Amino acid sequence: MDISSVFQIATVGILVAVLNQVLNSVGRSEQATMTTLAGVVIVLFWVIHHISDLFSTVQTLFQF
Amino acid sequence: MGIIQIVGAALVVTILSILVKRMGSDIGLMVSILGGILIFFMVLPQLIEVISVLGNLAQNIDTNLNHITIILRVIGVAYIAEFGAQICKDAGEGAIASKIELSGKVIIMVMSAPVIVSFLNVIITMLPS
Repeated sequence: MDISSVFQIATVGILVAVLNQVLNSVGRSEQATMTTLAGVVIVLFWVIHHISDLFSTVQTLFQF
Repeated sequence: MGIIQIVGAALVVTILSILVKRMGSDIGLMVSILGGILIFFMVLPQLIEVISVLGNLAQNIDTNLNHITIILRVIGVAYIAEFGAQICKDAGEGAIASKIELSGKVIIMVMSAPVIVSFLNVIITMLPS
């Protein structure tokens, strides 16, 4: 768990936002929402993985 | 990990989170969540030292160790409830944040009930009745 994972998620966020705008300007708004959804789902899996790490660490640390 | 690295990382994460939010994607909130987790893992070694010092202190003084474990559990519950409540407030969901705080208080109250009872018993036995 170090800062590189934060950078990865930020880059995915920026790519998804840019892709969304590009696809909307081209006129394909369905693909735009699809890619945004896919980006959010991927990032969600990453974040949930890190959140479960945090919770298990806190549980072992504070013994509950 | 010194305070300088922690504050530096926190500032970088805040800038990234605002940048992603400004660009219209709601992944910015997840960046701020990950920033919170990152800073917790940065402070973790010092936290472990503090808890081990507390544990050794308790072993010398308190024969039954359940008071210390209850205190540690209460701290853990308070930390996680605060973590969740702050994230919900960041996201703008004040109602959910207050529900999390309410449940945190209830859980802490339930956990600390035996300690309060034993404390009152000690006081009652001291009273000249």
